[in-house]
Amino acid sequence: MSFDLLLPAFSAILSGLFLTLLITICGFALGQAIALPVALALVSTRVWLSVPAAFYTFVVRGSPLLIQLFIIYYGLGQLEFIRESFLWPVLRSAVYCAILAIALNSAAYSARVVAGAIRQLHKGQFEAGHALGLTDHAILSKVVLPQVYRVVLPAIGNELVLVMKASTLASAVTVIEMTGAARLFVARTYAPFEAFLIAGILYLVFGALFGWTFKIIEARVAIPGR
Amino acid sequence: MLDSIVQYSPQLLQGLWVTLAVAAGSFACGLAMALFLAPVGHYGPPVLRRLVAGYVGLIRGLPELLIIFLVFYGGTVLLTRMRGAYFEVDALSAGIASLSVVSAAYCTEILRGALAGIARGQWEAAIALGLTHLSAFTKVISPQMVMRALPGLGNQWLVILKESALVSIVGLEELMRKSVVAAGATHQPLAFYLTAAVLYVLVTGISSLVINLISARLDPNSTR
Repeated sequence: MSFDLLLPAFSAILSGLFLTLLITICGFALGQAIALPVALALVSTRVWLSVPAAFYTFVVRGSPLLIQLFIIYYGLGQLEFIRESFLWPVLRSAVYCAILAIALNSAAYSARVVAGAIRQLHKGQFEAGHALGLTDHAILSKVVLPQVYRVVLPAIGNELVLVMKASTLASAVTVIEMTGAARLFVARTYAPFEAFLIAGILYLVFGALFGWTFKIIEARVAIPGR
Repeated sequence: MLDSIVQYSPQLLQGLWVTLAVAAGSFACGLAMALFLAPVGHYGPPVLRRLVAGYVGLIRGLPELLIIFLVFYGGTVLLTRMRGAYFEVDALSAGIASLSVVSAAYCTEILRGALAGIARGQWEAAIALGLTHLSAFTKVISPQMVMRALPGLGNQWLVILKESALVSIVGLEELMRKSVVAAGATHQPLAFYLTAAVLYVLVTGISSLVINLISARLDPNSTR
């Protein structure tokens, strides 16, 4: 360890912080947005909805995220109709591909959690909603989901930290986020301990920040006396 | 497209073999460490308990890729300094070492949770029957611990199978790396990455089935 390298290492890695946070926040938000419809499809009684959703979560949870990222970034560009579609500007960019791959991956894991919480919910909740004459949409948005999301909030907070850890894989497709920046710094200075120590501390700090954020949200939305 | 996959299939299967070996080696090492760390972290003096909890918390907060890089590049620098000449850590040792450290932390947490769920009466009954503390642990407590931890440990095995793909980034010749090489040589990335993904899904799927079978066999409530 040489202390005179810590400051240059810190500033080098800090240059990747914005991309790490961008990939983490966008990947997480998009992942949660996709997770809800997939979860609803998983618990649906309609086979043409539940079977594809189950297949999707099975395949995504059964293979490494790195492969999924490579399929999206290197693989899709091979297809003529992708290159000619409006999606191409998005799929050509490594950062967007990383966000998309992480979101699709996180969605599969989160959907399973949300679906599990929906199945755990007492059947009487649905029946009471119907008895009061609520529409299916109102039962879902006013009765079911508020309860489900209170239950899964800790798991979703955990998912945010997992997405941040997954954002390091973007460095494998040319994105210079924190881990990529740390690796470049090591290649230049040959000081792995300094670089990876600082990157590690930054990841731990943001992980703790995300954890606290969710603790505060949990306390805010908790139903008193339950 | 099919021709090139057939042509490279021996390479891919060789890579799959390395993937399985690295995952199994890391999982075994991690579990062995956890079997020691979990009792210490649960029954040990407060200082040791805090140390174990600190280790688990630290590893769980760090990205796996960062740990792999730290072991690979850090090990290379350390060994070079020690030997006085350039010495590169091979990707296989770096991969097994870093994945072992990671799985040790997660397995420790799983086993500690299992220990916490065992009723104190089990200890008291074992001691009352005249067993020493050590044999009470090995004969009465640890079988129950493993039984309770099985679903979590099974899940951890699946996680380590998928995480082994990360070691391809530092050059380990496992399934992921082999498919990258084949994709580059044939200019068929989609075909090879999809093939590799299917192989991973097959391995994790079969693993899940085996884990469920073992759980059913070990369940004391099942009739054999």
